[in-house]
Amino acid sequence: MNALRKLTVIESKLFLREPIGAFFGVAFPAVLVLVLGSAIPGFTDPSEDNGGRRPIDIYLPIVLALAIATVTMVTLLGVLSAYREKGVLRRLSTTPVSPMALLAAQLIVNVGALLIGSGLACVGAVVAFDVAAPENVGGLVVAFVLGSAAMCAVALLIAAVTPSARASSGLGTLVYFPMMFAAGVWTPGPIMPDAVRRVADFTPLGAASQAMQDAWAGSWPRPLHLVVMGGLTAAFGALAARSFRWE
Amino acid sequence: MTVIEVRNLAKRYGDQVAVRDVSFTVDAGEIFGIVGPNGAGKTTTVESVSGMRIPDSGTIRVLGLDPRRDRAELRRHIGIQLQESQLPDRLKVWEALDLYSSFYAQPADWRRLMADLGLTEKRNTVFGKLSGGQKQRLSVALALVGNPEIAVLDELTTGLDPQARRDTWELIRGVRDRGVTVVLVTHSLEEAERLCDRIAVIDAGRIVALDTPAALVANAVVPGVARPTLEDAVLALTNPLAR
Repeated sequence: MNALRKLTVIESKLFLREPIGAFFGVAFPAVLVLVLGSAIPGFTDPSEDNGGRRPIDIYLPIVLALAIATVTMVTLLGVLSAYREKGVLRRLSTTPVSPMALLAAQLIVNVGALLIGSGLACVGAVVAFDVAAPENVGGLVVAFVLGSAAMCAVALLIAAVTPSARASSGLGTLVYFPMMFAAGVWTPGPIMPDAVRRVADFTPLGAASQAMQDAWAGSWPRPLHLVVMGGLTAAFGALAARSFRWE
Repeated sequence: MTVIEVRNLAKRYGDQVAVRDVSFTVDAGEIFGIVGPNGAGKTTTVESVSGMRIPDSGTIRVLGLDPRRDRAELRRHIGIQLQESQLPDRLKVWEALDLYSSFYAQPADWRRLMADLGLTEKRNTVFGKLSGGQKQRLSVALALVGNPEIAVLDELTTGLDPQARRDTWELIRGVRDRGVTVVLVTHSLEEAERLCDRIAVIDAGRIVALDTPAALVANAVVPGVARPTLEDAVLALTNPLAR
């Protein structure tokens, strides 16, 4: 446990020493909310397209989904594949500590950054634009945790199946943008066409985004979305565990 | 006392034979050298001994343990310095040593090791900013920080300047004098001659000679050379044209 604690402390320091990663992980969601709310015309005005709600109210759960995608597909995936390529994992495997501990430390650090970043975004939205707090906090937490788990599993699987850090980041980017589309980054809330929504329901981030939007509005996430997120976490996680190479 | 025993080790990657048939034993407290041309099977041999590779056939015992089955236990007693294995670029020297020492139940004093390897001045420098030689010295320090009974060092002094090389040799002798058995893979026959008690010469996956440096030189048959060096002797053993 001492080793895992030390690894987590060191990986946190390394995370913060990488300014771009630290920005995207921690500050980006809040900055995005503030920029959207203050720079885009009409973003804080009630709109008939959204049933009288303001775009910013609908957009906050989507920003959380975006934060999940950024931390998993960019930060976590980048570090893991770089560590393998540089032989960091291999060197660790010569010691009594398993590289699995480093993986665990990485997950702790990235999920920590994600929580802080998402928290900042929520606080920013509430303070700056008077966005109502989520009506079903429990449902939101469940959706957020399951969505993060599913996207972590995707990141691990990509790291497992790609031969190099370049290939990982390439494939990560290829997954990142469709995921953001599925989450409704470009077609938030009611604006998303039904056909797209039906496909998005079955993607990890699309399900997470829908589930968080439902919880924000006061209902519980639909069973379909919970099953999709849980199932994808288990399936991708198992595949990643089977195929992950330490070197 | 034998601490490493390798019998009929064989390992291939696809249809490329890395190690054909290698057997040797290493005694406690000796510095055992493994030399030979690139691709001869040196690294595969030590990686199999350290449990990093699974051999196709043959038996290996290290401190009475099977490196495959008892991998976890062996890790506590063996320190390994690998070729081409790096650390995160932004990790500082002292952080690396402090971190790696936390992996062991009875670690060495990492501050002392840092001083012994001349890294104290660089303690706050990040890995990415170290010179090749400094990276190498840190790598050696990490292999020793767990107070191992056996240290496996692959390409120990590659990239070091002459003074740093000599300092590292002195350090390795000091490590041995503390009772650590050292397995040294090297390209430098000067290094092998100065440091090793015995040397295994590997070529094309087989051991072609195994003896003390002095005996290897004494037994060398090198046409046209009156007083052959260890380099002459090893080249004569491994170069098909000279045979």
